[in-house]
Amino acid sequence: MSQPAALRRAAHELAAPYPPLLAEAEHLATTVLLGEHGRRRAGIGDTFWQYRPALSWDEARAIDWRRSARADANFVREKEWQIAQSIMIWVDSAASMGFASVKDGETKASRARTLALALAVLLIRGGERVGLSGRRLPARSGQGQLVRLADLLSEDGTEDYGSPEAAGMLPHSRALFVSDFMGEIAPVEAALTRAADRGVRGALLQVLDPAEEAFPYDGRTIFESMSGTLRHETLKAGKLKDRYLDRLAARKDRLDRLARETGWQFHTHHTGDSASAALLWLYGALERRV
Amino acid sequence: MWTIGPIGFAAPWLLLGLILLPLLWLILRAVPPAPIRRRFPGVALLLGLTDDESQTDRTPWWLLLLRMLAVALVILGFAGPVLNPEDEAPGSGPLLVLVDGTWADARDWQRREARIDAALNEASRAGRTVALASLTDLPAEGLTFQAADAVATRLPTLEPMAWAPDPEAQTAWADTLNGDFDTFWLSDGLARDSRAPLLEALETHGDVRVFESPRPVRALRPARFEDGDVIVTGLRAAPGAGASATLSAVGLDPAGIERQLAVTEMNWEDGAIEAEVALSLPPELRNRITRFELSGIRSAGAVTLTDDALKRREVALIGPGGGREELQLLSPLHYLEQALEPTADLIEGTLADVLLANPDVIVLADIAALTEIEADEMLDWVRAGGLLVRFAGPRVAASDIARAEADPLMPVRLRAGGRSVGGAMSWGEPKALAPFAEGSPFFGLPVPDDVSVSAQVMAQPDPSLAERVIAQLADGTPLVTRRDQGQGQIVLFHVTANAEWSSLPLSGLFVQMLERLAVSTRPAALEAEDLAGTTWAAREVLTAFGDVEEAGTLPGVSGEALAEGTPGPDLPPGLYEGEDRAIAVNVLGPEDGLAPAIWPDRVPVEGLQVVRETVLKGWLLGAALTLLLIDILAALALSGRLGRSAVAALAAFALLTSGTPPAEAQEEDFALRATSEVVLAHVLTGNDQIDRLAARGLFGLSDTLFRRTSIEPAAPIGIDIETDELSFFPFLYWPITADQPIPSADAYAKLNRYLRTGGLILFDTRDADTARFGSSSPEGRMLQAIARPLDIPALEPVPEDHVLTRTFYLLQDFPGRHASRDVWVEAAPPGAERAEGMPFRDLNDGVTPVVIGGNDWAAAWAIDEAGSRMVPIGRGMAGERQRELALRFGVNLIMHVLTGNYKSDQVHVPALLDRLGQ
Repeated sequence: MSQPAALRRAAHELAAPYPPLLAEAEHLATTVLLGEHGRRRAGIGDTFWQYRPALSWDEARAIDWRRSARADANFVREKEWQIAQSIMIWVDSAASMGFASVKDGETKASRARTLALALAVLLIRGGERVGLSGRRLPARSGQGQLVRLADLLSEDGTEDYGSPEAAGMLPHSRALFVSDFMGEIAPVEAALTRAADRGVRGALLQVLDPAEEAFPYDGRTIFESMSGTLRHETLKAGKLKDRYLDRLAARKDRLDRLARETGWQFHTHHTGDSASAALLWLYGALERRV
Repeated sequence: MWTIGPIGFAAPWLLLGLILLPLLWLILRAVPPAPIRRRFPGVALLLGLTDDESQTDRTPWWLLLLRMLAVALVILGFAGPVLNPEDEAPGSGPLLVLVDGTWADARDWQRREARIDAALNEASRAGRTVALASLTDLPAEGLTFQAADAVATRLPTLEPMAWAPDPEAQTAWADTLNGDFDTFWLSDGLARDSRAPLLEALETHGDVRVFESPRPVRALRPARFEDGDVIVTGLRAAPGAGASATLSAVGLDPAGIERQLAVTEMNWEDGAIEAEVALSLPPELRNRITRFELSGIRSAGAVTLTDDALKRREVALIGPGGGREELQLLSPLHYLEQALEPTADLIEGTLADVLLANPDVIVLADIAALTEIEADEMLDWVRAGGLLVRFAGPRVAASDIARAEADPLMPVRLRAGGRSVGGAMSWGEPKALAPFAEGSPFFGLPVPDDVSVSAQVMAQPDPSLAERVIAQLADGTPLVTRRDQGQGQIVLFHVTANAEWSSLPLSGLFVQMLERLAVSTRPAALEAEDLAGTTWAAREVLTAFGDVEEAGTLPGVSGEALAEGTPGPDLPPGLYEGEDRAIAVNVLGPEDGLAPAIWPDRVPVEGLQVVRETVLKGWLLGAALTLLLIDILAALALSGRLGRSAVAALAAFALLTSGTPPAEAQEEDFALRATSEVVLAHVLTGNDQIDRLAARGLFGLSDTLFRRTSIEPAAPIGIDIETDELSFFPFLYWPITADQPIPSADAYAKLNRYLRTGGLILFDTRDADTARFGSSSPEGRMLQAIARPLDIPALEPVPEDHVLTRTFYLLQDFPGRHASRDVWVEAAPPGAERAEGMPFRDLNDGVTPVVIGGNDWAAAWAIDEAGSRMVPIGRGMAGERQRELALRFGVNLIMHVLTGNYKSDQVHVPALLDRLGQ
């Protein structure tokens, strides 16, 4: 992205009290209703869970005197265990995500960021902690985290294809990787296995442009990657369609298999489709067994 | 200029560029179409994929061919190609442009003018001076050579004349020529004796070039009369292959408007010069013809005017009835028929029939009394200009006609009985005729000696008798008397029309007398003696182009010149009028012929239609440009840049322009659909749901009608009152929606016509009349707005004895989906009373034009495609009963529409039976 434009964008974001990305994400998040989120167990939390007779190891200050006064025994007031889960998000900011087949259409990056932030909004509303993987932003809860997330997600990368970062993940936390997964598959594989080793489960969301699925090109064409480093020339682009689609299907299949092996979930979303559907899927995928 | 065949090149060395073409082929072949650059993230997946066909890096051969062709056309175009280049050496010195300027030139005068113009231009370029002369309009004082431009300004005033050049004037003019000049002679292509001397004279001054039109010269000889047919002879100058032309006879129609009275084909056979057409026309039509012309040829030669020679008078012969079986020679009409047949058209029949034909002359042979009506009609006819010729005979002599007082249809009063002279029982000799007195129409006719009269009817002497006698016997008794009556005349021959009373009918005098009386016309042949000393005035003249014009104030023409009949400046072709007849002077006389002009070999003769030089540069460059445009499209298509949308748009455009069926066919289809069977129709409101319900409702009603009655309607039709024809439909169902558009003025006109001519519209506000005839429901207001301009009579709620209650079912109310009782129909006339003993009043005689209600009948009638009811009505069995009643209302309504007040008339059946019984 060119420098003046980046500056302008940054200035715009600074000036706006509520970053547009965040607003869009909030808007999207309102489409999902929050379900129950309690752990159904006694533990640290705000909500009353049960009174139980005080045991010898209970500290005196733990005794609920108001309840104990109504009986002979002492009671301890337990609260429902409300544990906050950490969810680490990685959104591909590489140049390839800046592609939109329709002029002035929504780019993949924009869709991916909106989805990720909307999910973060939902999760933070649910009391979860959300951060960015790769030690960019530790998981925290609270509205302030959303602003920081929005800031960091808005940054554009310069490399052609991004690779997920599994660093900085807490064990047994959750993770979300959003990318087009068009680049090398090996880094993805490495990141996933590393995350799986730490007991991290999560979801892979592949965001694709409809043109990438349809390949509506014909004639003599030079295809270039977004930053121009890769190029491929063909004389009859139409003849390549089938083979390209085969490769794309193989890539998806590979990701799906990888996800299943590591206990992750995989989903492909197209920028031409409704974002809410993808958000619902994301929410369901991460809600499960949280 | 360098030429190949008919094409010459202005810059032939440029053609060397064609050698470069193979080189260009190689270069173009190696350069494939430029690629498109596309940003595409999926390129990572494309890496390593190779193209299947290695050939495609070369330009396809057809594209290559297209480009080569375009380049070749450009090279050829710039080489300056010219089709039929003119590279004759222009002459020098003065040029005489000589035009025949006859009627034969007129047929393609414009082209001749164009050719002269071209010659003048050529002379102007070559700096030659030019003189322009026409042989039919020779310049008075020799030749004046002027600059070609100056001559060109006089070109529009040059006109052909309707006659041939005068040989003497031509010779005299040729003698006045002097100096050296070339001659450019535009000949009319006809042989003339005067051509050769003039050509020789001209050749003494310089070269002569001749131009002739290859178009055939055609002309008409004057029409003549032969055996009852009009014969028109067409001529052409050069014999050739078979040809045909349309000959039309032009004249005034009864309204006085000039039009083609008859059209026929004139066919020249192979090698024939003459073609004859025999036209057999009714006399009425034939007498109206003023000229014959060959259609499509603008030349005086192709027009021939007709004169009196072609006109024949209609003569009605009426003899005494009674069917006497007489010998033919005794028939009173025999000699008249013989005398008149060659020169007149005879009509026979009863007097009443004959008068309808409005003949010129009616001959009554020995008919005494006419009925009063016949006499009146006859008198009217005479007063309007008819000539009544009566012959005496035994019946006239025996009757009391014109005895006591003058009969309006007799010229003189008659004495009783008549007389007989020279018979066996009488004294004296049969009387001879006295010479005709001056002032008699017969004056000058020789009286043969052998004509004798043995019996006659006698005129009553009275003071006016003398002036009425136009022929008398030697003893002074009147033989023929005449009296003017209005514009017409009544002539009485005091003898019979057969040889019974006199030998007059046997003599040639009889025929001449009839001619003089204008009962028959004179034969066509004109003798110079006849015309000598007379003066004739032109009434109409013919221009060289064959147009007939009013003559205006042309000087009179002497009879001698007319008899000669050669048209010229003093005697333009046309119609000349004398005292009592008109004579036509035509371009061609009856004996004239046409022959093609023969030129000596030394004179170059060119066709008028010279092959013009055509510069091909523009065409070639245009073609090259078109090819290059095609190349752009093809290259775009090849490289995938021609969007699919563009292709789709092109295809759609092609489809649109080619595939739209003509509107007429659609209309016809609509009319066929609407009229081949009874069809119920509903007005489309624009609300899809209501329109569908109306259609299904009418379908349900049609279905019910089909099953229960003898009405078997086809599927209903939704109609747009703005565009569709309403008159096909006996019945319109019009559901009112609050938001439907008010019809246009045209649609209202259509609707009113529909209502007046017996259509019925069922207006349905579908609001159950909650507001008691719609004063406040939106549909009700809409109905009022729609119905205001409609021609709707006074309305009333359906009375109990209205015919709608009993056209098929006996009904008392008319529910639909709602069961309101208020249904309005045309009000009964105020005087409708119930007759004694009748169950019903005798109400309106027709079909009520409108039925207005709000019961949403269509909903109650509607069935879906599976045949089940679409809208629930009421609750349980009561609802089904209501639906049944709704259907019965529908049946009654359609019955009412189709049978009118038939059921009302049934009221009278008992009374009718009662009367029959008595």
